[in-house]
Amino acid sequence: MPGMISLILRNLFSKPVTRRYPFEKRAPFPTARGQIVFARMKDCVFCGLCMRNCPANAIKVDKASKTNTLEPFRCIQCVMCVEVCPKKVIDVLPDYTKPEYEKTEIKFVQK
Amino acid sequence: MAKTVLTFGPQHVVFPEPIQFKLKVEDEFVVGAEPVIGYVHRGIEKAFELNELKKNIFLAERICGICQSPHSTAYVLGVERLMGIDAPARARYIRVIINEMNRLHSHMLWFGLLGDAIGFESYFMQVWNYREKLMDVLEKITGNRVTYSMNAIGGVRRDISDELQKEINRVLDFLEEALKSVDGVLRDYTMVKRTKGVGVLTEKEAKRDGAVGPTARASNVPYDMRMLGYDAYCDLEFKPVVVDTCDSYGRAVVRWKEMFQSIELIRECLSKMPPGDIMTKSNALPKGECVIRVEPPRGELFYYLKGNGTKNLERVKVRTPTFANIWPTITMLTKGCEFANVPVIVLSIDPCISCTER
Ligand code: SF4
Ligand code: SF4
Repeated sequence: MPGMISLILRNLFSKPVTRRYPFEKRAPFPTARGQIVFARMKDCVFCGLCMRNCPANAIKVDKASKTNTLEPFRCIQCVMCVEVCPKKVIDVLPDYTKPEYEKTEIKFVQK
Repeated sequence: MAKTVLTFGPQHVVFPEPIQFKLKVEDEFVVGAEPVIGYVHRGIEKAFELNELKKNIFLAERICGICQSPHSTAYVLGVERLMGIDAPARARYIRVIINEMNRLHSHMLWFGLLGDAIGFESYFMQVWNYREKLMDVLEKITGNRVTYSMNAIGGVRRDISDELQKEINRVLDFLEEALKSVDGVLRDYTMVKRTKGVGVLTEKEAKRDGAVGPTARASNVPYDMRMLGYDAYCDLEFKPVVVDTCDSYGRAVVRWKEMFQSIELIRECLSKMPPGDIMTKSNALPKGECVIRVEPPRGELFYYLKGNGTKNLERVKVRTPTFANIWPTITMLTKGCEFANVPVIVLSIDPCISCTER
């Protein structure tokens, strides 16, 4: 296809457009929905709204032990929990969940 | 000449997803075809009934990986109608912008796959490279490259700031130029040879078999759900792209023109978007039944919703565009096409199997 030959030649002699991923990372966009953390656990009132609104059942709120458990590999980063939390306990971080060998749970305990 | 049955799929290099066609062939020519679907059935329609209203939005999005935005749009439009509320004007414009960007990147993806299917690898990479710019700006707007989660019942969840609007305009300008630089593909000798006159579906057959989307529009049937004027489409200048070549080439041309049409529609939306709220709050519960039709990149998407005044829906029925296009594909295949053309024909309807089986 003649029209594309110049383009292909230019690509051949220019830098690759891809990044060498594990060594070179793009900074996440600040608005990205990467992962969820219970950043201000001291404000949590254990109302359970985040648990009831989570479409992936990724959050468990336990009032007795003052613990919120997040299963990051179930979480679909929909940010519903962040929106419904009355005390703004939960934050969304722009960088993505790192791959792991085992699906772990993260426990956030109120001190 | 004896007939042989050849199975095409479920694992085949042109299909990213599993579908099988049992092809009856005589020599090199296909004379009969039988589709076998059901490899990736996920029971989503049942899950809709068990899940709550708000959570269903995310479920609807996950029916299809490429056209998830129209899925959630259809779902929230249906629920809004049952609840008797309307999204604010700005939210309706934002929905159109996201849906059109979705169409744009889906069509670019398809052109890449077409290049890949006929063995034109550098074209495939070039188009997908351009597409990446669009994915980046989508991530900036919505927070995710693929699953936008923008729609909510009664509006949208994120606003598009002035800065982002400028960025969208910049990316659209870039894409318009970039796509024009690779438009030679539609005049390319090999491409034309491989697609012209292949997979013919006449206007009569398209209407008889109920073809939808670009498949119908390439057979001279102006069938486009955007004409219904849902969301903000009623305020936009919109005329469906129609081509009368009735073959795979025509389908490529329709998609090509639709990409530029989408760019125009997004620009129009950005210029007309009114300021204001993006969410209508309501505590009403859905009651009654309704039918919603929207236009994803692949054709008409049909949602039937039935609510009974609780926070669970009683029934959700989804019919996706590929399901409607399977029968027209059989018509195209059984006209005695060559076996080597089967991948091009199947690809020309832009099949999306996971959403077909839900
Ligand atoms: S919604 Fe907020 S306050 Fe309530 S339990 Fe969850 S984190 Fe705690
Ligand atoms: S982001 Fe969504 S899926 Fe993840 S924990 Fe919050 S509500 Fe659940």
